[in-house]
Amino acid sequence: MNKKKWYDYLWIFSTLYIILGFFNILFAWLGWICFITPLVISITQGTKGYCNRYCGRGQLFSMLGGRFGLSRKKDMPRWMVSPYFRYGFLIFFFTMFFLMLWNTYLVFAGADLKQVVTLFWTFKVPWHWAYHGTLFSPGVAQFAFGFYSMMLTSTLLGIITMVLFKPRSWCVYCPMGTMTQMICKIKAHEK
Amino acid sequence: MKKAFIDQNLCVACGCCLTACKLNAVSIPKGVCAMVDYSKCVGCGMCAKKCPASLITIKEESANE
Ligand code: SF4
Ligand code: SF4
Ligand code: SF4
Repeated sequence: MNKKKWYDYLWIFSTLYIILGFFNILFAWLGWICFITPLVISITQGTKGYCNRYCGRGQLFSMLGGRFGLSRKKDMPRWMVSPYFRYGFLIFFFTMFFLMLWNTYLVFAGADLKQVVTLFWTFKVPWHWAYHGTLFSPGVAQFAFGFYSMMLTSTLLGIITMVLFKPRSWCVYCPMGTMTQMICKIKAHEK
Repeated sequence: MKKAFIDQNLCVACGCCLTACKLNAVSIPKGVCAMVDYSKCVGCGMCAKKCPASLITIKEESANE
């Protein structure tokens, strides 16, 4: 029962994803996998199979916070566990996501490419060293910068709450986790 | 005998308790929230330790009725 399965190693993918973004920003496009897979599983199977099994990020946090002892293992504040906060964060996250898509569209339409990674939706960090041009439109690169900003920000948020609270505290307010649970709830209700 | 009780209204169905339970007493049917199979649970508390939202309490079974 304790035998490791192939999917127990998906944390390697999550780690690699963050590292690759430091070398070539275009790898950020791979992040779609972490967006589409949980949705497909919840819509087709009606389960949170992604969170429960395949999410490398969850595994990474539970490993760093657990085995490597990087977590205080304290209870999260109750307001962070409340549906108001979780759904509020989901709405905020997707608003920012669509804003990012809009900025990508502007670059496709001719605006200048901004070679920055925006952390916590506020701090602009120069990231030109990970951009070596693209064969496609600069918009493709703009999306990569935007998408990577989002992934890096959420990883950092996850690390902060991992250290402060329990290893997988991020999973309480992770927008993908909240959204897939919402889909599952709707599906379960329909039947 | 002590058993695990989950606050199902707040459960986020992350599955940390699922992987923590060595006796396979936890399941997350339809991805909605975690449920404990009381015929299997021995109240060891492994799941409670892992729940990131701290929603699991270990208490005497009769205390819930
Ligand atoms: S809640 Fe988010 S980080 Fe946690 S397992 Fe699910 S998708 Fe992964
Ligand atoms: S208390 Fe122990 S046996 Fe019961 S559900 Fe939790 S981990 Fe499993
Ligand atoms: S670990 Fe906690 S929040 Fe996650 S599924 Fe189990 S009871 Fe629910």
